[in-house]
Amino acid sequence: MYLPERPSPKGKRVSLFVTCIVDMVYPAVGMSVVDILEHLGVEIDFPENQTCCGQPGYNSGYRNDAREVALHFLRVFADADVIVVPSGSCAAMIRHEYLTLFADDPVWLPHAQRAASITWEFTEFIVQGLGITDLKLRLPQPQTFAIHDACHGLRILGLGEEARTLLANVENAALEDLKDADACCGFGGLFSVKMADVSGAMLQKKIDCINHCPAATIITGDTSCMTQMNGGLSRQKSVKRVRHIADVLAEGLKK
Amino acid sequence: MKVDANNFVSVAQIAVNDPDLQEAVSLGTYNGYSKRLVAMFSNGHEHGEAMRQQAAAMRRRAIQKLPDLLELAEKNMTANGIKVLWAETAEDVRNMVLDIAKKRNAKLVAKSKSMISEEVALNHAFEENGIEVVETDLGEYIIQLNKETPSHIVMPVMHRTKREIRDLFMRELNMPFTDDAAEMTAFIRKHLRQVFVNADIGISGGNFIIAESGSLCLVTNEGNGRMVTAMPKVHIGIVGIEKVIETIEDYATLTQILPRSATGQQMTVYMQMINGPRREDEPDGPDEVYVILVDNGRSKVYATKYAEALTCIRCGACLNACPVYQVTGGHAYGWVYSGPIGAVITPALTGLENATPLPQASSLCGKCKQVCPVDIDIPRMLLDLRHELVEKGMTDKIFDVGLKAWSIGNRSPKLFIMGGAVARFGTRFLPNRLPGPLGGWTKYRDFPQFAPKPFRELWKERKKGKPS
Ligand code: SF4
Repeated sequence: MYLPERPSPKGKRVSLFVTCIVDMVYPAVGMSVVDILEHLGVEIDFPENQTCCGQPGYNSGYRNDAREVALHFLRVFADADVIVVPSGSCAAMIRHEYLTLFADDPVWLPHAQRAASITWEFTEFIVQGLGITDLKLRLPQPQTFAIHDACHGLRILGLGEEARTLLANVENAALEDLKDADACCGFGGLFSVKMADVSGAMLQKKIDCINHCPAATIITGDTSCMTQMNGGLSRQKSVKRVRHIADVLAEGLKK
Repeated sequence: MKVDANNFVSVAQIAVNDPDLQEAVSLGTYNGYSKRLVAMFSNGHEHGEAMRQQAAAMRRRAIQKLPDLLELAEKNMTANGIKVLWAETAEDVRNMVLDIAKKRNAKLVAKSKSMISEEVALNHAFEENGIEVVETDLGEYIIQLNKETPSHIVMPVMHRTKREIRDLFMRELNMPFTDDAAEMTAFIRKHLRQVFVNADIGISGGNFIIAESGSLCLVTNEGNGRMVTAMPKVHIGIVGIEKVIETIEDYATLTQILPRSATGQQMTVYMQMINGPRREDEPDGPDEVYVILVDNGRSKVYATKYAEALTCIRCGACLNACPVYQVTGGHAYGWVYSGPIGAVITPALTGLENATPLPQASSLCGKCKQVCPVDIDIPRMLLDLRHELVEKGMTDKIFDVGLKAWSIGNRSPKLFIMGGAVARFGTRFLPNRLPGPLGGWTKYRDFPQFAPKPFRELWKERKKGKPS
């Protein structure tokens, strides 16, 4: 697939796309992203008309409906220099699927290509975009973590090392291995509703791995997968929880 | 084989609650997946990836040149003394095979493993015509004995535990009790020997056909493939038209990557290149070799955006790697080809209306593409199929309405904020039981409460300098 050149985001103003789910369900994750980016001296803008990237419709085959939502996104972020997204899945939607959605549209394809070229997943932006691997953070107490590699960040964007590198440099944070860390949690958007039993069985395998993991907290880069895993952990009264990486990093800022 | 893919959801539900199936499929897929990893990358990650890209390139080249290669293959096979037949439909295949069987007055047919013979329901045709047919691949033999269909393209009986298989042998063949897999295999081996000796016709599939040399290639482990193709007087190879490759060098690469991907072996025990019937100066081999080239929908797929699926070399790696297959096994997919590639091939070959749930049977995690030795972009094709479902009106109306509302709500910031407010209100009261189709969610998971204030409000407050 044709992928546009990616201009360096260094020194540029960041337009934050928090994603619909962070906006409505996990606003604290969005604030953590803001905290970390400000800590790095990044200028941040939040285009207030933003909604969703269009992924739920696109992944269910409703391309015309998804296209309308994606168009709205392109309009809202038309002036952005850099777009940062705290979700591998939504970043992958903008970076890859927009090019499919607008492939036959000479008017909007250039906009889609531009958006694709300036969109970064949160950890990717810090490590690859800014070239920063040590955020100079210190957690108030020693904690153990393990990483669940969310599928789209891992297999579409090729992420995984970024989060590990950032965490390894946080004082008081110890990293453990999660068995089958790269196995899907079973979320898959509407899949989790349409094929609830299959999704539930996939989730159970993930929960078993989490419960056997020596780490107290599992970290991931996608709040949707986090919702799936925490939904199961909470239902089964497990003491383990999954947190978004931005939240954990932001905890290290507190003096 | 009859297509029964529209019941995916209900068959899968039974499967995820079947402890024997869960035990067997977990173990089978885990073994396949982990052995593949070792074998593929035993010479380093880069080497393994390079091998994948090389295999993908040659399979794509072969499919691009397919019409020419098929002609060349026919010419060279014919020159080698192989009788080449072209079958457009499943029925054509059955008629051709039955014709040959009747001409030879055949009473007993020995088969080695062939998915395409399952596809065209060959065994059934033999039975209807009073010809005995025996599967000689151990897995297929078990399937035949238990009157089932294969649930995996490489390990047809993956859905059964060793215990279940032992009980079957004891029940059907009076095998003495044993827990030892080697003893069980030895017992069946003795049982099958006589079949090879007595069979009038041997039937095999074909992993590849090499166009430049006119060779039918078989990659097998149990040795039954060699017996079936060498002992009976007639050998019939049934092969899909997409299996043609260009050169012997291509075969060299593909025979390295196929066993690594399929069973985690560097190489299979047997590798055959069949170049025709017994020659004058040869002591044994069949008098006649037929190759039936089967279309059965493939040429239709050739012209679509699913043509990429025709490069599949049927290694089964995507099945083993698939988190959906790992919990459902193969029968839920309702046809010969299961797992991620089945979810593409079944609708593509038999019609989307016959397999509407299959494109949905994926979380789009992308592992299938990651492990595929020829780098087939299965998630891309599943997305295209989902789009087709919507375009053709084959989706649930409730989702049509829901997604339409979603789309309208997300084009307007005002409606988006309102939608959030409604959900915030709703999830406060319904954390454990969501209504309508969303009830699937709360069957296994709690639903998170929407935050009292959305991010956009927190952001405004922060900009105004209020504490967040
Ligand atoms: S799609 Fe790829 S991984 Fe799946 S069976 Fe075919 S060749 Fe193997």
